[in-house]
Order: sequence, then structure tokens, then C-alpha cells
Amino acid sequence: MLEIQNIRKSFGNLEVLRGVDIRVERGDVAAILGPSGSGKTTLLRCMNFLEKADEGVMIFGWETYAMNRISKKEAAGLRRKTAFVFQNYNLFQNKTALANVTEGLIVARKMPKAEAVEIGKRALDRVGLSDRYDYYPSQLSGGQQQRVAIARGVAAEPEIIFFDEPTSALDPELTGEVLAVMRRLAGDGMTMLVVTHEMSFARTVSNRVIFMENGVIVEEGPSKDFFASPKKERTKAFLRTIDGNTDW
Amino acid sequence: MSERLWGILVDSFGKILIPGLTMTIPLTAISFTLALGIAVVMAMVQYANVRILKPLARFYIWVVRGTPLLVQLYIVFFGLPKLGIVLDPFPSAVIVFSLNEGAYCAETIRAALESVPVGQLEAGYCVGMSYLQTVRRIILPQAMRTAFPPLSNSLIAMVKDTSLAANITVTEMFMATQRIVARTYEPLALYIEVGLIYLMFSTVLTRLQRMGEKKLNAYGQQGG
Repeated sequence: MLEIQNIRKSFGNLEVLRGVDIRVERGDVAAILGPSGSGKTTLLRCMNFLEKADEGVMIFGWETYAMNRISKKEAAGLRRKTAFVFQNYNLFQNKTALANVTEGLIVARKMPKAEAVEIGKRALDRVGLSDRYDYYPSQLSGGQQQRVAIARGVAAEPEIIFFDEPTSALDPELTGEVLAVMRRLAGDGMTMLVVTHEMSFARTVSNRVIFMENGVIVEEGPSKDFFASPKKERTKAFLRTIDGNTDW
Repeated sequence: MSERLWGILVDSFGKILIPGLTMTIPLTAISFTLALGIAVVMAMVQYANVRILKPLARFYIWVVRGTPLLVQLYIVFFGLPKLGIVLDPFPSAVIVFSLNEGAYCAETIRAALESVPVGQLEAGYCVGMSYLQTVRRIILPQAMRTAFPPLSNSLIAMVKDTSLAANITVTEMFMATQRIVARTYEPLALYIEVGLIYLMFSTVLTRLQRMGEKKLNAYGQQGG
């Protein structure tokens, strides 16, 4: 459904992505793992055109795009088919939870307000925030804000949701409530590409794991195989260090 | 205080206050409204990095902030007639005050725009909104909230600065006072009186500022 070929990206002299290929099928929940600085977040941001890749081809549905020459209009069109959940939520600070969800529907998708509100409420109900419609982001906990952000993403019925370390800014208790929402989404068949440090999520929810380091993919495969019998030495070493300090 | 002086003060209060209400306040209100319009445009041009217009905006701000308000008033009112542009005192004052205040407010608003986290813009993109839609609906409202206290400051400063318009024969409060002084020879008492009336105006605006801030704080500070 979504495929990226040979994506490259440098910031100045620093090569952050050095030729990465990714393929996501409908219904996939793919976890991108890797140490800090491996290029995971940049990869995700390039896929949603928040960064412009230096090279690379994107195949989305039946269309092919040169990622370094994409026009603003094409980028906007592609973004309307996707959703992005940020590490630090990035809720619109001047809008209530409900307005955060409906804003894009009304403004970008020209949906009638009543319909958008209907959908927005349903999306917030789905992430367990039926009692927080009229709260501003500053009045919500981190976990609640992130769930609003997920509702905002889901409401537009995207074909895929990108998650950029969605729980990294949260304490363990709040992490749990966000992961529960994501688990439910995965169960509903949502296609998800998740940059994460949550090994338990990668192991139990995702069906595929992509392990990156230094701007390239070191190893990828079905998550069961990845965790049970990693092939590359580097992956084994990574999993050993993780094993030492998490509780899965 | 002598009975004569008291009589003068009581008699002049209305004579000063009335030009305050009919000149100082309209001059401030009209000029500041125009200044805000100019400021938003100048700030946006810089924030959005619009080619050609951005250096023009920088130039305008550089010139206006770098020259005295009084000099600007003189150029427009006494200087421009030399080029055949003859303006009445009040419109001259409006032009100068709005251009002058516009430059200062532009900087205030630009800084406020830049203080809005870039993530707000990215989030706008990610829900499918365009740059302009996001700026208008998400970034600018947040920036205006940040800019509200310094803009209120500018407004209060402007009320007092309008006294400079007396120099180009606008009969606002200060000029009215000068005229009464010329007749009565009571500079100390009368200038204190007009000062108190300015203070009264400023106090009302300070109150309004506080109410405005409370209202804008409805969505609170960004928390974690």
C-alpha cells in the first residue's frame, strides 16, 4: 500500500538516512526500532514531508512520487491520506480537545461543522475522553493530550497513521493508557508505522519490526522472528542491552 | 489654594477633558487600529519570509524606529506641503502615529509569532491544512495572545504620545491646556491637572488590559 525506495537525507554534512526501503501493507502494524540518532524519526518525518528527502521514491496506492521534487499541493494531498502523532503531541493550544479533532475536518476537508463535531465526539469517545470535549490542552495530562492527538489522527480516517515515539514524553502510568489506545487501533485493523522504544509494544502488538542504525535498516522481519531469533549480530547486541533494562 | 486658582482648575477641567474625548481618544483609537493592521501585515511578511516584501518591511521598521516621532510629525505636516501635499493636522497626526506605532507593534507581533512552537505549524500540515490556514487559525491567535500585554503597553504609551500632536496644531488635551496656561499664567497647577487626566485615561486602559488578559488566559499556559 505504501512503499518508500532508497530514501536519503542529509542535514549539512551529516547523512541521516543512507538509502532506506520500506514497504507497508494494509493492516500492518510496523514498529521501527533502533538506538537514538539512527534516523528513525527523520524517516517518519520525510514520509510525511515535514522534512524534504534529498532522494527517494514514494509509491502510495497507485501513484508514484519523487520525494525530493514533491509539490506543496501533492504533499498536502498525501498528508490528507495520512495522520501523524508527535512525540510531544502538538495539540493546537488555542483549541479545545474537540476543536483539535474537528479543525482539520472542517478547514482542510470542508466538512460541514455538525458532521465534523459528530465525528470528533466519536473519535474522542473511542480514546476514552468522552468527558473532556471542552478541555484545552493545558488542562489535560500528557497521556490525555496524546490520546486527543490520536483521536485527531483517526477522525480523518487516514490510510496509515505515523507515530513518532508517541510515549517517550510520558511517565509509565500514562504510557500505559496511550499504548492501550494504540493496541485497540491495531486490533481494529488500522495501518500503523510506529517509531518506538517500547519493546513490549513492538513484541506484542506490531506484526513487523524494522531495526535501524546509522541511517540504514539493519534487519527487518515479522516481529515474532525478530525477537525470537534475530539474525544479525548488531540486532542481537541491541536486544541484549534492551533486555537488561526493561521488564518484558 | 487660592479661590482663584481653584476656580481656574474647576473651570478648565471640562475644557481639557472635552478635547481629550473628542481629539486624544479618537486620534489614539484610529491610529492604533491602523497601526495594528500595518503591524500584522509587516510581521507576517517577515514571519513567512516573503521575497521582496520582507526587506521592504525591514527598511520601513528601520527608518521609523530610528527617527524621532516629533521629527516625523514635522516632516509630514510642515515638510510635505513643499511637495504639494498639504494635509490637515488631524489626518497628518493619524498617518504619523499609525506608521510609527505600526513599526513597533510589528516587531512585537513578529517576536510573538516566532515564539509559537514550530510543532503547531507541523500539526496543522498533518491534519491537511495549508500554511495560510494554519497561520491564520492556529499560529496568529496564539501569537496575539502572547503579544497582548506588550501591545497594551504600546497603546497606553500612544495615548500619552498624542500630546506631541499639539506641535502640529492638533487641538488635543495638551494644546487646550497650553492655551489656558497662556491666559491664566498657572502652569504648575494646569499641567499637573492635564497630567492627571492622562493618568486617568491610562488607568482605564490598564484595567481593560487586565480584563483582556484574564479572558485570553481561558486556555491557560502550555503545560506538560
